[in-house]
Amino acid sequence: MTDAPTHPLTRNVRPDRRPTDMAAYEANGGYNSLKTNIGQRTPAECLEIIKDSNLRGRGGAGFPTGMKWSFVPMDNATPGHKYLICNADEMEPGTFKDRLLMECDPHQLIEGMILSAYTLQADIAYIFIRAEYHKAIGLLREAITACHEKGYLGDNILGSGFSLEMHVHVSAGRYICGEETALISSLEGKRANPRAKPPFPQVSGLWGRPTIVNNVETLCNIHHILEFGADWFQALGKGEDAGTKLYGVSGRVKNPGCWELPIGTSIREIIEDHAGGMEDGYSLRGFLPGGGSTDFLTPEHLDLAMDYGTIGKAGSRMGTGTMIVLDDKTCPIGFIHNLTSFFARESCGFCTPCRDGLPWSAQVLESLENGDGRPEDLETLAYQIDYIGAIGNTHCALAPGAMEPVQSALKYFREDFEAHINEGCCPYERSASGGAVS
Amino acid sequence: MTELIPALSDSEIAAIDAEIAHVPYRSAVAIDALKIVQAHRGWVSDESLRAIARHLEMSAEELDGVATFYNLIFRQPVGDRVILLCNSVTCWIKGCDKVQAAITENLGIGLGETTADNAFTLLPVTCLGACDRAPVMMVGDDLHQDLDPAEIEKALSGEPNRD
Ligand SMILES: Cc1cc2nc3c(=O)[nH]c(=O)nc-3n(C[C@H](O)[C@H](O)[C@H](O)COP(=O)(O)O)c2cc1C
Ligand code: SF4
Ligand code: FES
Repeated sequence: MTDAPTHPLTRNVRPDRRPTDMAAYEANGGYNSLKTNIGQRTPAECLEIIKDSNLRGRGGAGFPTGMKWSFVPMDNATPGHKYLICNADEMEPGTFKDRLLMECDPHQLIEGMILSAYTLQADIAYIFIRAEYHKAIGLLREAITACHEKGYLGDNILGSGFSLEMHVHVSAGRYICGEETALISSLEGKRANPRAKPPFPQVSGLWGRPTIVNNVETLCNIHHILEFGADWFQALGKGEDAGTKLYGVSGRVKNPGCWELPIGTSIREIIEDHAGGMEDGYSLRGFLPGGGSTDFLTPEHLDLAMDYGTIGKAGSRMGTGTMIVLDDKTCPIGFIHNLTSFFARESCGFCTPCRDGLPWSAQVLESLENGDGRPEDLETLAYQIDYIGAIGNTHCALAPGAMEPVQSALKYFREDFEAHINEGCCPYERSASGGAVS
Repeated sequence: MTELIPALSDSEIAAIDAEIAHVPYRSAVAIDALKIVQAHRGWVSDESLRAIARHLEMSAEELDGVATFYNLIFRQPVGDRVILLCNSVTCWIKGCDKVQAAITENLGIGLGETTADNAFTLLPVTCLGACDRAPVMMVGDDLHQDLDPAEIEKALSGEPNRD
C-alpha cells in the first residue's frame, strides 16, 4: 500500500505536465483503490465513508457530495439505468483546474468515476467535456480503452458483478452547458436550457432516470477517500472544510498558476507565496475568489482562509477556487463590463430578466466605461442588481451569478464609477473599447 | 466547399448510427449528428440540416433550433482553420484586444469573418481554461498561450505551439 499522500490530486502531475499513462499510474498506486473497494466494500459502506469525509462539490456551489448522493434511490424499485455524469465543461471565466487534472492524470478521473458509479450503482457514466479540450478528450478515450483491457471497465469489473459503461461526450459549446440540468438537456440532444428543480436529477435526470452530476475535481477525490479514509481526508484541510483544493490565480501576478493546497489555506499565502505577488509596477485592488460569478474581495480580506464558510461570511463565494486578480492599472468598470457582456452573450434565452436584463446591464456599463454615463445610471445598475440578482427571479443561477461581481464592484469601487461620470471618460490608460465581449 | 450534398454519405450514416445505438431515441443524437456532418463538410448547410433531420426522424426546424444554440456548430461556411480567440476576463486584462487587432491587421478579418482565401475564420470564445498563460487562442486544434501581438504570425503560420 502506498503512503497516504498529502497532495492526492496532483501526485502524478509532472512539472512538464506530461500525461501519466496506465503503467505510470499503476506504478504509483493507481487502481489500488478500485481493487480494494469494488466487490470488497458494499456500495452503502462506500457512501458512508464519502459522507463522513465531508467532501464538498468542487464545481462551484460546494454542496456536500455524500448528501447529494444519498438522494439517489438505491432500492432498484424502478428497474432501468442510473447515470453518473462528470461535468468537464469548465468554462467559468478565470477557471483552469479541471483541464490540468484531465491532461496530466486522466486515469485519476476514471478511477474516481468507477468508484463513484459503484457507490451509486450507476451502470452508465458520461464525461461531458467541452470540445476545445482536444488533448484531454484524446487522453481520456485512451484511458478508457486501457481500462477495458485490464477489466477495470465493462462487464463484471474484476469479477465483482458490477458493470459500467463509460462514454466521453464532446460538447458543442456554450457556457450554460455547465449548469447541471442544462448539461442533461444537452446530453439528450436538445438546446441546453436548464430545467426546473424539483424533480432533482438525483431522482429524475438523464432520460428521466436517477442521475448524479459532479465536477471533475470532486470525482478525482473519491477513490483517494475510499483508499485512505475519511479521517485522513478531513485532516488534509486546515479549517472546517476537508481535503485539498486546487487553487489558482490569474491576472497581473508574477507567477500565475494552479496549485493543490490544503483547503482553508489563506488567500495571502496563495496570492503572495504561490502566485509570487503582484507584477512589478502593479498593486492589488481586489480579486474574484472563485471565478467570474463571485463577488469581489479586497486586500483587507487577504488573511482570510479560502474555505466555503469564511469566504461566504466575507460576502463572496469560494466558487471554483480560482481567483482573478484586479490590479490598480486595470479599470474595474472595464473588468465587469467584460464579464457582464460575457454573461449576456451566454444567456440561454429562456427567461426574460436574464435574456433582456443582462444586455441592458452590459449597455449601462459600456456607456459608463466610455464616459457617457449619468449619475442615474448607478441607480439603474442598483435596480438591475436587485432584480436580476435575486434568486428566484430567474430560472437558473447564471443571471444571479452574473450580478455578483457587479454588485460588489459598486460597493468597493464606487469612486471609480463616479470618476467616469464626472470626468466624462475612463481615467485608466487601458481603454474600454477593447474589453467588450462580442 | 459550398457544393451541396443532399444526402448523407455512408460514412456519415455509419457514424451517426453508431451514436444512435446507445440512446433511447434517434433525435437524442442531434448534436453528435450535426458534429459528424460538420466534421465531413466543414459546416452545416440547409441541405445538410434537412438530410440529418430526415435521418433522425425529426423536423428540420427543431434540429435548426438545436444547431443554432451551440456556438461550435457552424451554420455558415468557415475557413479551413477556425481561430477561437479567448476574450474572457483574464485574457482581457492581459490584452486580448491587442491580439485581436494584430490578427485583424495580419489577416484582414474581424470577429465572425473569414479570409478571402478561406484559410481562417476568427471567432471569440469563452475562457479556454488556460488563464495562467493569458492571452490565449486556439488555431484549429492547437492551443497557443502567452500570445504576443507582435509575434502573431508565428501562431497563425501553424508552427508548433509552446503548449
Ligand atoms: C451557469 C453555470 C455554469 C456552470 N458551469 C459548471 C462547469 O463548467 N463545471 C462544473 O463542474 N460545474 C458547473 N456549474 C455547477 C453545476 O451546475 C453543478 O453544480 C456541479 O457540476 C455539481 O458538481 P459538484 O457537486 O461536484 O460541485 C455551473 C453552474 C451554473 C449555474
Ligand atoms: S437565468 Fe439565463 S441562463 Fe438561466 S435559464 Fe434564465 S435565461 Fe437561461
Ligand atoms: S480568460 Fe482566457 S483562458 Fe481564461
